[in-house]
Amino acid sequence: MELLAASLEIIMRWDVIAALMIGAIGGVMVGGLPGVGAPVAIAIALPVTFALEPIVGLTALLGIYGSSMFGGAIPAILVNTPGTPVNALTTYDGFPMTQRGEARRALSLAYSASFFGALFSICALMLLAPVLAKVAPMFGAREIFLAAFLGILLVVITHRGQVLAAAMLACLGIFLQTIGIEATAYTQRYTFGQGWLQSGVDLIVVVLGLFAVSQALILFMDKDKSYKLPHVEKVGFRAQMKDLWLYKRIAAVGSSFGVFCGMIPGVGEFMSQFMSYSYAQRTSKTPEMFGKGNPEGIVASEAANNSVPAAAMIPLLALGIPGEELTAMMLAVFYVHNVIPGPQLFSGQMDFVLALYLCLLLLNIIVVTFLFFMSDTMMKVMLIPNRFLGMMILTFSLIGVYSLRNSLTDVAIASGFGVFGFILKRLEYPTSPIILGIVLGKLMEDRLRTAMARVREPLDFIADRPIAQILVVMIVTAIVIQMWTLLRARRDAAKPTQNEEDQNA
Amino acid sequence: MRDDEMLQPEFFPEGRKPGEILFSALMILLGGILLAALPWQTSWIDGRGLAAQPRTWPALSLGGLILFSALHFGQRLKATRTPGRWKEGLAWILSVEYIAYYMAYVWAIPIIGYLPATALFCVLITIRVGYRGKAIWIALAFALFVVLVFKAGFNVKIPSGAIYDYAPESIRYTLIRYF
Repeated sequence: MELLAASLEIIMRWDVIAALMIGAIGGVMVGGLPGVGAPVAIAIALPVTFALEPIVGLTALLGIYGSSMFGGAIPAILVNTPGTPVNALTTYDGFPMTQRGEARRALSLAYSASFFGALFSICALMLLAPVLAKVAPMFGAREIFLAAFLGILLVVITHRGQVLAAAMLACLGIFLQTIGIEATAYTQRYTFGQGWLQSGVDLIVVVLGLFAVSQALILFMDKDKSYKLPHVEKVGFRAQMKDLWLYKRIAAVGSSFGVFCGMIPGVGEFMSQFMSYSYAQRTSKTPEMFGKGNPEGIVASEAANNSVPAAAMIPLLALGIPGEELTAMMLAVFYVHNVIPGPQLFSGQMDFVLALYLCLLLLNIIVVTFLFFMSDTMMKVMLIPNRFLGMMILTFSLIGVYSLRNSLTDVAIASGFGVFGFILKRLEYPTSPIILGIVLGKLMEDRLRTAMARVREPLDFIADRPIAQILVVMIVTAIVIQMWTLLRARRDAAKPTQNEEDQNA
Repeated sequence: MRDDEMLQPEFFPEGRKPGEILFSALMILLGGILLAALPWQTSWIDGRGLAAQPRTWPALSLGGLILFSALHFGQRLKATRTPGRWKEGLAWILSVEYIAYYMAYVWAIPIIGYLPATALFCVLITIRVGYRGKAIWIALAFALFVVLVFKAGFNVKIPSGAIYDYAPESIRYTLIRYF
């Protein structure tokens, strides 16, 4: 009870509430704009939050992170274009429902399922908090190195069809973090005698380039899209919420997948919603209706992806390990304020951790209330033309890059990464492995150096360390499963298809 | 094929997007040049273990970069080619035009001030991408909004323009502080 009171004291301030409102509503709007998304918005907002207190800055960023997926469902359902990539599965059933004249029902199901998923996730985490506080201190340098390595590995192998490209980009990210003067012997690495490279490559500058500047370039080089917005009738709050009751099983299972996948670094929203959607399809009485406007599909997808943000905060707060690019960006806010996430935070500043979860709870209440009453206004956000949006993103991104140090060099570096990100996006390659390579690469280097100082024999690394042993087993299992799946896919690809067999016959 | 497999992308995508080979080749080249510079650009400290050597992680990451780029190159080489490699390469180069405007915008801020530079940038980019009429006024209003919120409101660290020094004394401070 004392803990709860202390947490409430942290968040019951006008600046925290203002950050919550701005983050929540801003996040919904950003999510509702196809072609922007949370990474772009967080990248732009990140340097601005450095001037704020950690709880205020993090609340604003959490607001954008947690609410963008709510907003992303709107264009997914109404115009068959996901607002954020994680809303892609919502288009499968959302848009056919709109075509049938059930746009309001589809939107209501998306909002209520998202709300349920988020609440489920927050409740699960509050219950798990005491366990985490006990487990987190058992993570030493070896365990954190192995967990970070597992994170990188999972980020790579979950990019199905792009594993080699993801591995290549993760290695590039790890290399980028080595540039500059290293912290132990103060020797220079890849500075080429240039003073501006001595302090290394700033994560914020890379993030702004890769996410914001590149997205502006993508929008500039693309044609404007015109959307015809369908009519959405108005119904009451209770009527919108009660439809979810019919699909409570799917919502609960989908949210569980979201919590599970969110806690594992590198897995996240995509895997959880694929698992949730395929579960819903397998157990449905009308599996043939999936992809043709089955409400179960919307519930499965939205409940799963909205239960991830809160769960993704676990490895970040308890171990200091971000699972994807958004939590990697949030880690930068912690470091700027000298709040070091990790076992000490979870065991020593539980009130701060609980305050963050309470903020997430409030955030979801604000967002769902806003959406139930303001959907019509939100729909109009989609009408902003693409290239005009590109101009807006570029103008905002300057604030982020230039306000850091008023450095033209920073802007030039961000522009370079902007062009690089533009190429990656054109080729449909992932950008998150670079960011995670930078963040986790540094963590791995530091922790391995610390850990190896006490290791004499290779096996000492995991001897008498049960968590390290579990992590090694998980790493080996992930590699074996990946190899086995690759071999199976190669074998299947080599088999002649039924058509080819018929032709040969 | 199972339903859940149908939802996910192929392990070995059949088609090759224009520019993939070019990109992989450039990454191999970049990795090769950087790895060749390893002895000059990193140090080896005698008496230290491998994990504590400043050279270890650059070597590992660049080795990985070259290895995975080469594997990716080989894998994409086998895939069915979609023509348009050089057209795609040209699109990459053309994007630099907007970067030039962006750099010019940043360069202009300490000279003409944040508000005039932002207004010029927003309006000129809006015209460049093909909008006319009302859109230009909206771009101007957007520029004013950005400056008022971030410079005047949040007080973000953006330098004032040298041109403001020539403004009448009565409004000079306001211009420097808020615009």
